[in-house]
Amino acid sequence: MDLQEFLRMGGYAGYVWSGYGLTALVLVWNWWAARRNEAEQLVSAQRRNAD
Amino acid sequence: MWLWLHKLGSPPHAYRLLGSMAPWFGWPALVLILVGTYWGLVEAPRDYQQGDAFRLLYVHAPSAWMSMFIYVVMAVAAGIGMIWRIKLAHAAAAACAPIGASFTFLALATGSIWGKPMWGTWWVWDARLTSELILLFLYLGYMALRSSFDDPQRADRASAVLAIVGVINVPIIHYSVEWWTTLHQPASVTKLDKPSIALEMLYPLFIMMIGFQLYFGWAISRRLRGEILRRERNAKWLKESR
Amino acid sequence: MQRAPTSTAAGLVFRRDLMLAWRRWDEVAQPLIFYVVVTTLFPLATTPDLSQLREISGGVVWVAALLASLLALESLFRSDVEDGTMEQWVMSGQPLGWLLLAKVASHWVLTGLPLVVIAPVVGTALGLPFEAWGTLVLSLLLGTATLSILGGIGAALTVGVRRGSVLLSLLVLPLAMPLLIFGSRAVGMVMDGDSPSGPLQLLAAIFFLTLSLGPVAMSAAIRISVES
Repeated sequence: MDLQEFLRMGGYAGYVWSGYGLTALVLVWNWWAARRNEAEQLVSAQRRNAD
Repeated sequence: MWLWLHKLGSPPHAYRLLGSMAPWFGWPALVLILVGTYWGLVEAPRDYQQGDAFRLLYVHAPSAWMSMFIYVVMAVAAGIGMIWRIKLAHAAAAACAPIGASFTFLALATGSIWGKPMWGTWWVWDARLTSELILLFLYLGYMALRSSFDDPQRADRASAVLAIVGVINVPIIHYSVEWWTTLHQPASVTKLDKPSIALEMLYPLFIMMIGFQLYFGWAISRRLRGEILRRERNAKWLKESR
Repeated sequence: MQRAPTSTAAGLVFRRDLMLAWRRWDEVAQPLIFYVVVTTLFPLATTPDLSQLREISGGVVWVAALLASLLALESLFRSDVEDGTMEQWVMSGQPLGWLLLAKVASHWVLTGLPLVVIAPVVGTALGLPFEAWGTLVLSLLLGTATLSILGGIGAALTVGVRRGSVLLSLLVLPLAMPLLIFGSRAVGMVMDGDSPSGPLQLLAAIFFLTLSLGPVAMSAAIRISVES
């Protein structure tokens, strides 16, 4: 199956790719938000304990 | 073993444990999700009725499952926090909420996207989508209640009551919504059901399900660490360790 | 000093609330007026044609009753918490659930019950046929009573929260959706000539479930609000 055909997804390209794209977005967001939250809290805690 | 459980309730110990556990969830999750995505998009045979659109199953079904699973985990954690007064359990419940809500949103979005080519409309009031929508309201209510309190203890306990009341209602809501839709579609083919499913089509689904579960394991570990840091900001153990 | 039997305490709470409301009847009348006004919105927004309105009459009456009840519920516990009465109750040694249930019951008599009584009149204005009156009243009796308890839980959780009424609605409405589904469908079924016994029985089951577990959740929530 060549790349063109694969990307076309039998005519449903828009739906399939936006669905998978949204999924990637949500998974990445959770990953990023969890790490950022932890980092922020760590900085905040360190700042508190410095003084 | 009780000693181990008891230690688990102590924030510094849990903090360290979660930190070392997280990669054991994270890396397998990444691998499984990538493998499952590839398998679902490339290897799995095209469906007879739905064509390539059915591949949305591989992201919709795991999201929907996780949205419900996480809600139950949240309610159980809240219950443990209330009954045994373990602050860490309340922290776990708080950490679950944004993750669960995002999966609920994803389930709704992918369900809607899947619906458009299948039924011609962006939204349909079928049993599963409607139940997911109500579940989203429950998550949002929980998060709204939590944020309306300044006192963290009161926030924990009030939202715990809400989560427990909510989880008892979930089966009632599910049943009532299903009953409501069957009245209008006597020949009810649950629309977002798996199509006439061959075994080769199921393998990627299992892989994605497990991948999403492990991913949740990673996400909750990291979020719970953040929660612990926030609650224990002034605690001695934090001062001493870093 | 001997503690009074719980039934006496609960009875006192029930009567005292009714007496207090008697003096401030306008507070009782407001949800009722809101109810009628809201139902008027629907024909204005859709069509004056009674045969078309008939289709949605059961649903409209139910939605309006839901919203009017929620409006009334926000202040259920507020004054008692503010003036310290609730604290007394918590410490009184009486089972808190019963006292709170008495309060919810008097609140329902003052707000829910009038809605139920007026419902057939309001429904008829929307084209609801006479045959549906019985089902409408019965479904609303069960529904508003259940909603009062659910709302009591929500009110107990949000007591003292600023703009608590919006939050209260956000919390209670998703939980009330099954009531809406079964209640309005029961009316719809009787209008179609089918027996509404299925949904009515489900409404009754939900009511009894809420009646038995609700007070537990309410007293837990009140304790959380009062003990902070």
